[in-house]
Amino acid sequence: MGVLSNAAALLGKEVRTEFRSRELLSTTIVFVLIVVVLFSFTFDPTTNESHRFGPGLLWLAFLFAASLMLQPCFLREQANDTLSALRLAVSDPFAIFLAKIGANTLFLLLTELLMLPVFAALFNVNFRGQLPGLLLTFFLGSLGISTAGTALAAISAQARMRELLLPLLLLPLLAPILVASTEVTVGLMSADPVMQWKGIGFLVVFDVVFLTALWLFGEYLLEE
Amino acid sequence: MAKRVVLCAAAVLLVITAGYASFFVAPQERTMGDLQRIFYFHVSCAWAGLTAFSIGFASNLFYVWKRKEKYDWLGVTCAEVGVAFTTIVLISGPIWAKPAWGIYWTWDARLTSTFVLWLLYISYLLLRTLVEEPDRRALLSALFGIFAFIDVPIVFGAIRWWRTQHPAPVIMGGPNSGLAPGMRPTFYFAVLAMHIFMWFLISERYALEKMRSEVEVLHREAETS
Amino acid sequence: MASPAECKVGLRFEKVDKRYGTVYALRNLTLTIAPGECLALAGRNGSGKTTLLRIAANLTRPTRGSLSFSGIAENQNSHAGFVAHATMVYDELTAEENLLFFAKLLGVTKRKERVAELLFEVGLGERKDSLVRTFSRGMRQRVAIARALLANPSLLLFDEPATGLDPEATTWLIGHLKTLRDRGCTIVMSLHGESEVARLATRAVRLEAGSVVADTRTGATFQSVFSFTGG
Repeated sequence: MGVLSNAAALLGKEVRTEFRSRELLSTTIVFVLIVVVLFSFTFDPTTNESHRFGPGLLWLAFLFAASLMLQPCFLREQANDTLSALRLAVSDPFAIFLAKIGANTLFLLLTELLMLPVFAALFNVNFRGQLPGLLLTFFLGSLGISTAGTALAAISAQARMRELLLPLLLLPLLAPILVASTEVTVGLMSADPVMQWKGIGFLVVFDVVFLTALWLFGEYLLEE
Repeated sequence: MAKRVVLCAAAVLLVITAGYASFFVAPQERTMGDLQRIFYFHVSCAWAGLTAFSIGFASNLFYVWKRKEKYDWLGVTCAEVGVAFTTIVLISGPIWAKPAWGIYWTWDARLTSTFVLWLLYISYLLLRTLVEEPDRRALLSALFGIFAFIDVPIVFGAIRWWRTQHPAPVIMGGPNSGLAPGMRPTFYFAVLAMHIFMWFLISERYALEKMRSEVEVLHREAETS
Repeated sequence: MASPAECKVGLRFEKVDKRYGTVYALRNLTLTIAPGECLALAGRNGSGKTTLLRIAANLTRPTRGSLSFSGIAENQNSHAGFVAHATMVYDELTAEENLLFFAKLLGVTKRKERVAELLFEVGLGERKDSLVRTFSRGMRQRVAIARALLANPSLLLFDEPATGLDPEATTWLIGHLKTLRDRGCTIVMSLHGESEVARLATRAVRLEAGSVVADTRTGATFQSVFSFTGG
């Protein structure tokens, strides 16, 4: 059973389980909403300021939400030691990471896409016609967040104070994602929309570097 | 023992000499005058910090590969020494900036990236306090150290690009941007002195970590018997 | 159904150490398990039984020393069926879903038939569509055993399999282990004390502080291997 087919099977299970209970998705979406609303109290969301601050706050909300949403990733596998069962069943431990990254990216992406119209309405931002660009940005950003986040979730699951540790480890690491995603989103949502390909470039570099690092070192993260 | 004393003396002597040189040997800078002299100290600390982190990265890789505790000792040592030097950079920057530009801090590319670097390695040190079992602690922190280090160039690149979108005053011209020939000897000497000092700190801290680890082993053996 | 000719796995622990920090779970352990042997591991809590099993399952690597297998292809990952303290199945999935999922990962051919067959064998055919969350300890153990047997492994590792089982489930377990033993599979099971399950074994070994201290192969009796008070 190859890595990809193992990952696909595991991804299917993760998605199926989540859609059965929807607890992770619902809590994440509500959390992002709360953060966005609270942020809006800290400045006057007139059109100009919205365009300047809005996307950054949106991505910050996504980052905070992700650092909470990624916690259960490996913690749930500790309950019945299903992680051992997975390690016994798959041919390459990287399949476990691929699947979890895929699932987390999907959940983050869904959250972001649901939040986009809400954000546009609350902050009076027009993104019509920029959907493909936004989709690309959201996808690459979410992939980066998930990759780094899944790796660090595997680390924090083995430490104390894990609820606080994961955000602590993850947020500084994701600085490039925050910077690049925000800049690209600002470009796309401005009055004169422009696609910042350099920003996309940084997102791609981050994703490739961390996926490679996880491929090289992932099995050690799962070691006993 | 003699080696340690010699290294300590050499390090201290070199740093003092570098300090003297930066005040009395190096020519005065055109626009900022004597204030600029902090640059020799500030930049050489930054480079020493980066060197420490690089050595730490190498020892993290070696630990994951070889699993010998000496690489773990070196890893935590370099992280601490690197954090110490980076803290100095983050403090000396504002000291320079206030009289020069009237502001303590600016979110320019270099300072911002340095701040993120500092935060990453503080997280590394915090992670170590939260894993009790020594082998787990060594492996997990080595892996995080690897992730943190490979992130650093991406952080620098992204923040520098961000700065081109939102320009801000640059707190130091940078060693390669038009450093006057007269300043170069002093600068390189300062860098050398800081690196010797870094080497001294690393060897002392490493010895301490080795001892601490051995005491921990004895402690646990005493407990179980 | 696995035929006797397929089950021919042997293990050799050679001077194995497993260290957690300063604690040695296994210390200089040397043990050879012949193909087809049904080995009972006795010992107090903390004697190293679970660690030995986890190393045999490839979940943990020895700190020093080596473990080699005979009779397994190089790239075969699913060489062992492992039943541990934890059930290693998902509470939020049904019994059937769990087994189908693991069968898929293991690359089991004709998954649906195999899962149906196993569910019937372990007596959970009626409850296949119930969430594992609703199962009793005995039923969860049966799902765990079914999971371990999915790929017809030639090596079976059981960590205190009878703990928490009611008499009916224990009888079922004994019958099942007997069948597997008679098929020629290599079985290693850790046990607390002498019991009906222990009597299935063809050999018994006692561990103490991570090393082998008694072995029926080298003259010790079954009673002496199992004789220690509780713990």
